[in-house]
Amino acid sequence: MTDTAPRELPLQELDEVIIRFAGDSGDGMQLTGDQFTSISAALGNDLATLPEFPAEIRAPQGTLAGVSAFQVRISDFAITTPGDAPTVLVAMNPAALKAQLKNLVQGGAIIVNTDAFNERNLEKAGYESDPLEDGTLDGYRSYPVPMSQITRDAVAVHGVKPRDAERSKNFFALGLISWMYTRPVDPTIEFINTKFRGKELVIKANEAAFHAGYNFGETAELFESHYEIKPAELPSGEYTNVNGNTALAWGCAAAGQLARLPIFLGSYPITPASDILHDLSELKHFGIRTFQAEDEIAAVASAVGAAFGGALAFTTTSGPGVALKGEGMGLAVSLELPLIVIDIQRGGPSTGLPTKPEQADLMMAMYGRHSESPMPIIAPRSPADCFNAAIEACRIALRYRTPVMLLSDGYLATSSEPWLLPDVDSLPDIGVDFHTGFNGTNEDGEGIFLPYLRDPETLARPWAIPGTPDLMHRIGGIEKEDGTGNISYDPENHQKMVDLRAAKIEAVDVPDVEVAGDTDADFCMLGWGSTWGAIDAAVDRLQQAGKKAAHVHLTHLNPLPKNLEEVLSKFETVICPEMNDGQLVNLIRAKYLLDIKPVNKMNGVPFTTAEIESAALQAMEAS
Amino acid sequence: MTDTPTRTEPADWATDQEVRWCPGCGDYSILTAMRMLMPELEVDREKTVFISGIGCAARFPYYMNTYGMHGIHGRAPAIATGLAMARPDLDIWVIGGDGDMMSIGGNHLIHALRRNVNLKILLFNNMIYGLTKGQFSPTSEVGKVTKSSPMGSLDAPFNPVSVALGAEASFVARTHDMDRQHMMEMFRRAHEHKGASIVEVFQNCNVFNDGAFEGITKKQNRDGNLISLEQGKPIKFGADGEFGVVVENGGAKVVSVADVGEDALLVHDETKPDPSTAFMLSRLSRGPFEPTPIGVFRAIERIEYATSSTAQLAMAQNDKGSGDLSSLLRSRGTWQV
Ligand SMILES: Cc1ncc(C[n+]2csc(CCOP(=O)(O)OP(=O)(O)O)c2C)c(N)n1
Ligand code: SF4
Ligand SMILES: [Mg+2]
Repeated sequence: MTDTAPRELPLQELDEVIIRFAGDSGDGMQLTGDQFTSISAALGNDLATLPEFPAEIRAPQGTLAGVSAFQVRISDFAITTPGDAPTVLVAMNPAALKAQLKNLVQGGAIIVNTDAFNERNLEKAGYESDPLEDGTLDGYRSYPVPMSQITRDAVAVHGVKPRDAERSKNFFALGLISWMYTRPVDPTIEFINTKFRGKELVIKANEAAFHAGYNFGETAELFESHYEIKPAELPSGEYTNVNGNTALAWGCAAAGQLARLPIFLGSYPITPASDILHDLSELKHFGIRTFQAEDEIAAVASAVGAAFGGALAFTTTSGPGVALKGEGMGLAVSLELPLIVIDIQRGGPSTGLPTKPEQADLMMAMYGRHSESPMPIIAPRSPADCFNAAIEACRIALRYRTPVMLLSDGYLATSSEPWLLPDVDSLPDIGVDFHTGFNGTNEDGEGIFLPYLRDPETLARPWAIPGTPDLMHRIGGIEKEDGTGNISYDPENHQKMVDLRAAKIEAVDVPDVEVAGDTDADFCMLGWGSTWGAIDAAVDRLQQAGKKAAHVHLTHLNPLPKNLEEVLSKFETVICPEMNDGQLVNLIRAKYLLDIKPVNKMNGVPFTTAEIESAALQAMEAS
Repeated sequence: MTDTPTRTEPADWATDQEVRWCPGCGDYSILTAMRMLMPELEVDREKTVFISGIGCAARFPYYMNTYGMHGIHGRAPAIATGLAMARPDLDIWVIGGDGDMMSIGGNHLIHALRRNVNLKILLFNNMIYGLTKGQFSPTSEVGKVTKSSPMGSLDAPFNPVSVALGAEASFVARTHDMDRQHMMEMFRRAHEHKGASIVEVFQNCNVFNDGAFEGITKKQNRDGNLISLEQGKPIKFGADGEFGVVVENGGAKVVSVADVGEDALLVHDETKPDPSTAFMLSRLSRGPFEPTPIGVFRAIERIEYATSSTAQLAMAQNDKGSGDLSSLLRSRGTWQV
């Protein structure tokens, strides 16, 4: 503890703050951001986070390519996005400052680790002169702090080697920010003790660094005040903070229980989808079998095999993997077996931008298989919504015996939000029965099994799994005769089967869309997937500016909600912000001949609220 | 277990589907061998599954009255792996041709073998692409003239037994379509084996590669060119057992028994943990025109994949209890509003 008596600094109330922690990928910025998020969540703030990882695991230290950042927005009101631009930047080295400064709002606060601003690091970041002194930071409030040195001094007493000591400087930064925003100390101390259990020296060092940071704020006479952000008014209940990939994995696990089926996941690692494989691999006690296949083709093929055997089967991947799974998905369409294909969309084509989001796989999900090969498509709107989307995808797959595509993206995958936990008992029962008896007779009046005799209501075929006595049958990718499932090259039968497969998917029960915002507006924004938060926030801003705006958001992209055409036709102007070059716009125009306007963005960064607001204002003016 | 399988006849294993291979195709005799073997195995039809890829060979499942899936080209081992993991209780056979399993599906084959998934893999090797009408395959000999190689194929062929041994397969055998008893014996051994077993079946495609194996399988050539591997016995062949196999300079070699003496001959041991000798035997012949071993090259015990997977599930349940959704959702900490 410190000997200096705490100064009495004014406590200022804020309604929100957007902080971005930025440092070298080895500096522990994700951990710091995560922990700050947890404490703020426990205080009752609403929040949203946006991590940003370098594409390389360990890009050369101190370089721009190696910068790792974590943005967190905390507020005393309900929010749906991690915020357009940070108001506070914590920069652990020159590269972090250089990479992130352009994002900061004018007049924003910069807290820099001055110790890292030596000649070598400046050079690595491409600075010709020291930005702390050459006027680069004019127009911002900058707070220079010798973080490395203070951290070293603070941990030295515990006998930590100087080289190891510096590793704790992220906890110094966390301590300082915790002081600035009046976050409690105890939860972080507890966190350090759990996280580093068994490593006494590391615990001591991190605790000391954290306290040093906290006390530095109090005593350093550098800051003019500190801040408070009151709890937000949120629906009451129990919350957890969850990112999209974890919510997806939990949704898959939940679906297995809701369907009373064992889960099989066939997957091949790929950013940003691997975490779903990791999370589900941890859940073996749920009876979940995960299979790390030799490639994506084997991943989808193994899932088809497992589905044939009666498992609730998944395959998870990102765009390049979906491209490889095309033929396997086609097989599942032809076999009419339940299968869930999860695509965490990332920038492309080819390897593209592995750690950045896009929504440009919609057409591939819709049409990316040869021939007429329809699949239902589901897209979650927020990190927590990934949980619901996974259950909904499974419901459709099981009820209609069809592969289903779930389109999330790199933004939803890694960003997190508070989630009001559902009552587990209120989740839907999505179970279906395996077929166990004959469903037809032959000429001699004996019972037979017809694997392609459809349920008149859903058009689904019976799911009879190996091991079921008397129902031995063969299925395959060659065109099958309606009913018997025997190989058939008959032209009329093929036409019939194409029509039946299409009709089955077209008739999938999908809830009607609802209009959010001003239902009587002339202007509407149509969105799908992760743009929901930014569009929703833009509607708020437009309303505050006295404009009327409606928002229609799609979770089901195939088939589209039955009322969509009618709903959209009512508006004079509809714009559709998408992180692609207009894929949903093309689908809507083609299907309904409605002239909705594209608003496209393809730079690997999600839409900001301001961008959507300004696109909306432009469109309103033009109409 | 209580219920013993009902006794079946070969006819019980046939479907009502017309068999559509070309008349005279070697696939017919393999099908017959399989249908005749099944009653002897005393297994249930509903517990038996045939999974195949694409090709002439891959039509096989349609003709067996069991559960079956005609999959996509090359992917049968992967489809079957998923099924074997989801349903370790099933008896799963995988059928495919040399193109299916050595070319487009080569990757899946080697991985199924190294993982030791409980699959009985039958590779019908006719050294040609049958279904697509006669292009050279990855087992065709260099110089093979086909429609896609009018001046002769440039590709050095795979030897499926060598590939399988290199992929750490725990059971590797070879047989041919002219000897039903031998086929049945190899399939039976494959079935007995726990883990991945692969049997290469030399199969005549009388339309696009007729007589490819005549040099070794024709009656008058068998004695001189087929080496039947028998466990625990010195490796000998020839009408009067006049030829034998020895190991010399790190390789297997054909010798005259009279020259080296009985005691110098290699005694076949399929159970050797080290695959080197089995590999040497697989290299003995450069193709079906010189003395070529058939029989079981390797049969070792190795932990089976789905069994291990099941054990991990049990261990996790033991440690953590059966998965509880409500506590899962709370596993990363919660707060109350
Ligand atoms: C993805 C894909 N590529 C190509 C084909 C065409 N094709 C079908 S079978 C085959 C090769 C068949 O040869 P093989 O596996 O040796 O079987 P065989 O007909 O000789 O029994 C090919 C190339 C296909 N069906 N699918
Ligand atoms: S093409 Fe060859 S392998 Fe195929 S059915 Fe005819 S004979 Fe048999
Ligand atoms: Mg072939």
